[in-house]
Amino acid sequence: MPARIIETNPRPFAEVAVDTVTLDIIENALRNARIEMDATLVRTAMSPGIREQGDAFPLIADAEGRMIVGQFGSFIDGFLKGWDGEIEDGDMIFLSDPYSCEGAISHANDWLVLLPVYRDGRLLAWTAMFGHQSDIGGKVAGSMPIDAASIFEEGVRIPPVKIWRRGAYNADLVKLVMHQTRKPDWCTADLNALIASCRVAARRIHEMCDRFGEDVYVSATRALLERNYRAMKALIAQAISEEPISFEDYVCDDGVGFGPYRIRCTMWREGEKVVLDFDGTDPQSAASINFYLNENMFKMFFGIYMIMVFDPQILFNDGFYPLIDVRIPEGSLLKPRFPAALSGRTHALGRIFDILGGLLGQKTPEFLNAAGFSSSPHLMYSGTDSSGRWFQLFQIGFGGIPGRPLGDGPDGHSLWPGFTNVPNEFLERYFPLRIERYEAAPDSGGAGLHRGGNGIHMTYRFLESGTVSIHDDRWFVPPWGVNGGEPGARARKVLERADGTTEVVPNKIDNLKVERGDLLHFITWGGGGWGDPLQRAPELVALEVRQGLVSVEGARRYGVVLTGDGAVDEGETQALRDRIRAQRGNQLPVFNFGPGIEVLRARALEETGLPAPRQPVWRTRNLPLAAE
Amino acid sequence: MSYRLGVDVGGTFTDLLVIDEATGRTVRDKVPSTPDDPSRAVVSGARQLCEAAGIGAAEVGMFLHGTTVATNAVLEGKIARVGLIVTEGYRHILQIARSLVPGGLAAWIIWPKPQPLAPLEATIEAVERIGADGAVVRPLDEAKLRQSLETLRRERVEAVTVCLMNAYVNAAHERRVAAIVAEELPGIPVSISADILPEMQEYERALTTVANSAVRPTVSRYVGNLDRELKAWGTPAKLNLLRSDGGLMTADKSCEAPVNLLMSGPAGGVAGAVWVARNAGFPNVLTLDMGGTSTDVALIEDFQPKLRRETSVGHLTVRASSLDVKTVGAGGGSIAAVPELTGALRVGPQSAGAVPGPAAYGKGGTEPTVTDANVVLGYLPEDLLGGTFRLDREAARRAVQKIADALGIGLMEAAAGIIAIVNENMFGALRLVSVQQGYDPRDFALMPFGGAGPLHGNAMARLMGSWPVIVPVSPGVLCAYGDATTRLRVDAQRSFNRLVTDTCDAEVGAVIDEIIAQVTAELEAEGVPAADQELRVELDMRYAGQAFELPMFSPRGGPIADVVARFDAEHKRLFTFNLEVPQEIVNIRVIALGTAARVEAEEIPRGDGNPTAARVKDHQLWMDGAARDGTIYDRARLRAGDIVRGPAIVTEMDSTTLIHIGHTGEVDSFGNILIRPE
Repeated sequence: MPARIIETNPRPFAEVAVDTVTLDIIENALRNARIEMDATLVRTAMSPGIREQGDAFPLIADAEGRMIVGQFGSFIDGFLKGWDGEIEDGDMIFLSDPYSCEGAISHANDWLVLLPVYRDGRLLAWTAMFGHQSDIGGKVAGSMPIDAASIFEEGVRIPPVKIWRRGAYNADLVKLVMHQTRKPDWCTADLNALIASCRVAARRIHEMCDRFGEDVYVSATRALLERNYRAMKALIAQAISEEPISFEDYVCDDGVGFGPYRIRCTMWREGEKVVLDFDGTDPQSAASINFYLNENMFKMFFGIYMIMVFDPQILFNDGFYPLIDVRIPEGSLLKPRFPAALSGRTHALGRIFDILGGLLGQKTPEFLNAAGFSSSPHLMYSGTDSSGRWFQLFQIGFGGIPGRPLGDGPDGHSLWPGFTNVPNEFLERYFPLRIERYEAAPDSGGAGLHRGGNGIHMTYRFLESGTVSIHDDRWFVPPWGVNGGEPGARARKVLERADGTTEVVPNKIDNLKVERGDLLHFITWGGGGWGDPLQRAPELVALEVRQGLVSVEGARRYGVVLTGDGAVDEGETQALRDRIRAQRGNQLPVFNFGPGIEVLRARALEETGLPAPRQPVWRTRNLPLAAE
Repeated sequence: MSYRLGVDVGGTFTDLLVIDEATGRTVRDKVPSTPDDPSRAVVSGARQLCEAAGIGAAEVGMFLHGTTVATNAVLEGKIARVGLIVTEGYRHILQIARSLVPGGLAAWIIWPKPQPLAPLEATIEAVERIGADGAVVRPLDEAKLRQSLETLRRERVEAVTVCLMNAYVNAAHERRVAAIVAEELPGIPVSISADILPEMQEYERALTTVANSAVRPTVSRYVGNLDRELKAWGTPAKLNLLRSDGGLMTADKSCEAPVNLLMSGPAGGVAGAVWVARNAGFPNVLTLDMGGTSTDVALIEDFQPKLRRETSVGHLTVRASSLDVKTVGAGGGSIAAVPELTGALRVGPQSAGAVPGPAAYGKGGTEPTVTDANVVLGYLPEDLLGGTFRLDREAARRAVQKIADALGIGLMEAAAGIIAIVNENMFGALRLVSVQQGYDPRDFALMPFGGAGPLHGNAMARLMGSWPVIVPVSPGVLCAYGDATTRLRVDAQRSFNRLVTDTCDAEVGAVIDEIIAQVTAELEAEGVPAADQELRVELDMRYAGQAFELPMFSPRGGPIADVVARFDAEHKRLFTFNLEVPQEIVNIRVIALGTAARVEAEEIPRGDGNPTAARVKDHQLWMDGAARDGTIYDRARLRAGDIVRGPAIVTEMDSTTLIHIGHTGEVDSFGNILIRPE
């Protein structure tokens, strides 16, 4: 049974005409309110994950839960459908269980706060925000166990509950939840920050109503949704063909030996509607890389990509949702059955964006970006220091942004909005760490007319013994290049022990014991290249060699030969370029995926230092059973 | 006799103001700027003004100057080629930056990444390492460094920055590197991060110090020219420049740490507003400095402008204190447009600039701008600038008609819509400095200035409930007042990074005393005796684990417990909650201020309340949905106590004030117009 909204004032909001100017003013004010939510959060949160890295997402929605401003689309609809209970003035909802909201949040680390905004006894709007908690208990520090067989191993699971009920705060509930985490101090501050952000936005909505009246406000939000619907309808008719096109990409492995997992999406238009069908996607994993993909969230991703690729002027909201039909097979990696583990969903989430880029750009290669939206590489480091104090770090790393129609992909940047790195001096001051190296990894970006961004080579020196977890991907299947550009280099992790031995460690691993003085080289993937590398100006390649972004050997991939003092050897360069052209021919493929899965498997140990993963298989049953 | 000379260089005009320190009498002038070498207009203008006023060169004691030289160098990319020396392993520090891609999801597709301010090919690594506790982990390899400096020589760098890991705790390696650079690359100015910004966060420290190096040659040249011209004029006046934070610094200091001048220009306006607010007796003021392409806003509380710990110019944001001035791309020249896909009305940030300018300027512009909308509505009478310049009303109407057609509404509605949207954009900026910081705009007066501010001030106050609107005398030369009336300022800070539970009043007090000794000596060296100095102590505080600090004033010798209590209250006011964790003192800072100029505003003659003597003519304008009969007045002929009823327009040489229906403008004893609802 869906949620019941209690309103003491039965009068519906009147539909009134809103002039263009007022509409634009309300649109601006809503956008400002959203920015204010972010500002409030980062200024008051405490975990480096939210505070420094901005791993949190705000939303302002209408009474039906449709997103007016925000990023990931509305997660309110899923919650309202799934929750058997009442919503009243003075309530605030708190939840973290993906299975209780149709995957509107996708792992239990994301804590979501929902505030129904009432005015004179009527539900006017929703404000909401979710943020990634650094630890919610469970079997490993950081609460994202790679080998979890079910969600019960992944820490505290919060069903939708009322943290405030009719204006009364439920302190016991919060105490119970905080008792489950290794970092109650961070979680308490971060939860407060989420709540404060929602309240700030609610205050702004009330101010708009004071100024324009409720009816105008409500009518304006409807008009904004309608405006977006119209713009997207025109864009879809222009850009999406009725003939189906497909694209697929992979999550490299699940950390327990299986992979790569294929994600396949087929897109076509039926009349004014777009269908996005994930038929052909591999089955769910027995480990935690499953990504419970909410259909509405995927609609939003699709819409944002359409807008960014074709017309960045359009403001996005939920208005276009009726124009999209998303189909995801049950039991697949993207719609796993309860109680599948979900904590490691970041890789599949990231890969979705490469797939969208590949789908949308296929018919219009001039708009196509290369691949590189890998995942967000995580590092967890925890232990008890020599003075007996518990330390725990959760850090998100970054990689190379793909080559783009616009130009080179930036080196070592984030594809997620609002994410920033944690200053190394901060890490060194508050954790037993020294960061010995923090540089772009030369040659890791795929060669191209527009070079793919380089990944980051970050070297941690551990100053206390402890336990490390690594979550990364794109170590087996490389990020593809486009329009003649080459794939980017794959991710790699190397542990250099204080005793002088060196070992390659998996890109998904928990419980890696490290000792004082050990070095971990955490090297992320590079973005794919864009366009023919032989068309890149030789002087630019030479300059990038001087800048340490490309090596002398790497310059040869662009057909560029340098003299001993680093200048372009024009004769040799011409000769090398001619030779490469003669070998490869003139017809360059739109996509360059590298040598293909079978060859990658055969060469895995030799090239990556790690054994190849095994092909995942569909199973009919025998998942761990649990009562929902 | 001693005079203070304030000079503010703008894009078009250089404003000059002389103040008699004894009587407060002022003389002012405006001369065309000389963009190729701004110092020419500055000194020749000053000479001319002093000669006309019968003031001898020897009588000018202080020469106070706000300049956009550093700002423009950054905006126009006319900066020095900077060599950067970093710790081994950090060569790409400026390339990776903070990894942030601005904008929303998928914004990376359209983000043009700016180039590093110090080229990567001129960035070298020093083999050395200082730990987070300040201990030397690896000694500096001096021989290797001397070798690597060859790269900087070959790259022909014009300035060098040294920024090493953890130098904010221990600067020994940075100082040694600087000494070696001085030997190997003689004559090249070296900035080290521990001097410019002794604070945690390697990227911000590096960038700020590189920015300092980047503008150093330009600023040094400029200050050198000024100094020479002043000497040639024969004045003993001490040259001081206005910092981004509204304080003054000496010419020498300006050459060493010019990163503090990046927002010198806007700071002048805010400092001027403080002076006007003091005279008019309004301690809490929001400022609205509206020009042709952008608008600057700031908040003044209890006569103190709010400070922030950052300065932003274009793409560049550095950690140097500046007045908390927010800039929005909305001005008289902002262009209105209706995108086809959405059918929305947008105004700015595109601007018609000075060329071709608004359609009404008749210089070939055809795009509808905010100025055109003001002309169409009758808010800007046809003859501007005392009649030397006529506006083309027909051209303005043609331009705005395009918007009316696109929206399917009338011409006047379209013009009013453009004004409403641009006002809303400015309101957005004002919210950032007020509501978003926990201030209620209704507790503030609004002071509009700049060329277009007084035209929009009344409407903005209606939006925000900020009364009265204070339109200062000569809204166009407010910056020069600011330059002339602020004080010398020296500050220094230390990273402290200790929980309040792990320290005590004595320990904090000792650090404070140490910094006080340093800044007091520095200000004494600049000619302000210790007895005349005012000291301010600030503690940057946060809950342990948070990333952002709140700067808290702390009386010297006062107990930390008091500061902690105020911090909790402030946190609650801003963010609605407190936390049960100990507070951390992150930085300790001391600011030493010199004496303020005792400058009183001049009073104007008192009238009988009736402004008729200043009436120019009757005039029709469009307001609140209908054509209205209003009156145009000449500001120069208004007297103290005069009450002007809206709708009315008050004109003067460099600005036009609009008073709405249902509002009155009262002229105070200094000539400010105070607009309030009737």
